[in-house]
Amino acid sequence: MTAPAKQTEETLSPWDIVQIARHENRPLLRDYIEGMFAEFIELHGDRNIGDDPAMVGGFAMLEETRVMLIGMDKGKSVDDKVRCNFGMPNPEGYRKALRLMRLAEKYRLPIVCLVDTPAAYPGKEAEERGQAEAIARNLTEMAAIEVPILVVVTGEGGSGGALGVSVGDAVMMLSNSVYSVIPPEGCAAILWRDAEKAPEAAQALKVTADSLLELGIIDEVIPEPEGGAHDDYAATFEATKEALLRHLKSVSRNKGRRLAEKRFEKFVRMGKFDGRKYSKH
Amino acid sequence: MAWFRKTKEDKTTAPEPEKELWIVCKKCKAHVFGEEWEKGLKVCPQCNFHERLTYRERLDITIDEESLMELDADITTADPLGFVDGKGSYTDKAAAAKDKTGMNEAVVTGRCKINGITAVVAIMDFRFLGGSLAGGTGDKILLASDYALRHKFPYIIFSASGGARMHEGIVSLMQMAKTCAGIARLHRGRVPYISVLTDPTFGGVSASYAMVGDINIAEPGAMIGFAGRRVIEQTIKQKLPDDFQTAEYLLEHGFIDRIVERRNMKDFLTSVLKYSRRK
Repeated sequence: MTAPAKQTEETLSPWDIVQIARHENRPLLRDYIEGMFAEFIELHGDRNIGDDPAMVGGFAMLEETRVMLIGMDKGKSVDDKVRCNFGMPNPEGYRKALRLMRLAEKYRLPIVCLVDTPAAYPGKEAEERGQAEAIARNLTEMAAIEVPILVVVTGEGGSGGALGVSVGDAVMMLSNSVYSVIPPEGCAAILWRDAEKAPEAAQALKVTADSLLELGIIDEVIPEPEGGAHDDYAATFEATKEALLRHLKSVSRNKGRRLAEKRFEKFVRMGKFDGRKYSKH
Repeated sequence: MAWFRKTKEDKTTAPEPEKELWIVCKKCKAHVFGEEWEKGLKVCPQCNFHERLTYRERLDITIDEESLMELDADITTADPLGFVDGKGSYTDKAAAAKDKTGMNEAVVTGRCKINGITAVVAIMDFRFLGGSLAGGTGDKILLASDYALRHKFPYIIFSASGGARMHEGIVSLMQMAKTCAGIARLHRGRVPYISVLTDPTFGGVSASYAMVGDINIAEPGAMIGFAGRRVIEQTIKQKLPDDFQTAEYLLEHGFIDRIVERRNMKDFLTSVLKYSRRK
């Protein structure tokens, strides 16, 4: 798959951006760990049935700041991709992520989630082990976590699979990443009855960072170097780090319950019908 | 908020749809006398197949007569993306769904009594765009949980949904986080929340509020899952067992507490609510 490289953003269609988000040379989680964090101590396992290589987490140093880093790993080589299930987590991945978020809360560490997944894995065992329940649990628990949660969609934000670690105080997207309720191909197959209409579906679904900023779903678009993140890893990491530290400073003004309450208010505003009031809690 | 008012459905002068003399069970193909089918709450007397109910039928068999005070009945669909697909606009589709069902959104919420116990209910209706979760649906479910929290009434959601509504794109996806944030507040406020999963409960609804009840209950045979059977079969290139994603399968795998027959649902809810009642 080749992306239309070296084009200015103005000329890129949403479907072009989907291709860039999936580009084979796009920086992946392990690249961010290597290039953006001074230290990473990986922690494994959901304490229940196993360890999901598609969901990675652990202590990390973002310059001088101690954080809990969580993210999806798509894998680099063919073998590695298979090992990581192409970045599609199983329920134990979401449960590991939640376990680490709880730990971050105990140690008062901010949580950084780097999101890059086509979807939560649609497999037989994933269903048997409660894929729906695992994601639902994360959404419910993340709403009440009392440390900052910062989210960056670095590649593909694949529906519930992405949202399962994306209930953040600040949600950012790289300029050529996408975030969608359904992959454009899937939407085209259902609503157009033709998967070939994916470019039209990508347009209609408004999957790009700029559209999502306009819709008030995300807080910032992190600009990628000209040509895309795959053209200049270092510049991508620098811009991402700068945005993370800046947002961390700003969301940290609220602490504990107040922080969680602000997060609640932020998500309540999304798709809100009118000015109805919610009770303070 | 208004007392359960006449919906569009009631206002139409169209005559009641004629009662079918014979019903053919969708599952076992048995012929059942129409009156018996209705009296049996649309459950097949031969094979126990539980047919999907409209929100009104569900209300009728769940809550005490005339006890509903509907909440946020005016909340309806918005079109945040200006969505148009190969066959037309979302606005037109939503208008057709409203005409067909007499509903403003895929869920009806309200305060009611269940065998004398005051509760807040949310009842989804699959006829309205497949019971899909979107901005208006999410708003109603959240506002009802907020009402339950404020008054410390137990909250019961009857889910019936294919998942998130594609036509509202990312806004629909965010409703999963929004509704779950409401449920988190109920947990913290020690307000009971019972989730009843009816046929079907999938995708963005199973992966949000439907799975995080204090107690998860399902009707017999209800199909419940995250991904659809076809998607899974295409992914793993294997045939799935016949009972895959049935309520019985989920009970076996530990994701629901009980399977409750439709005719026993109201009394079962009453029995369970007894244990959560504040003194």
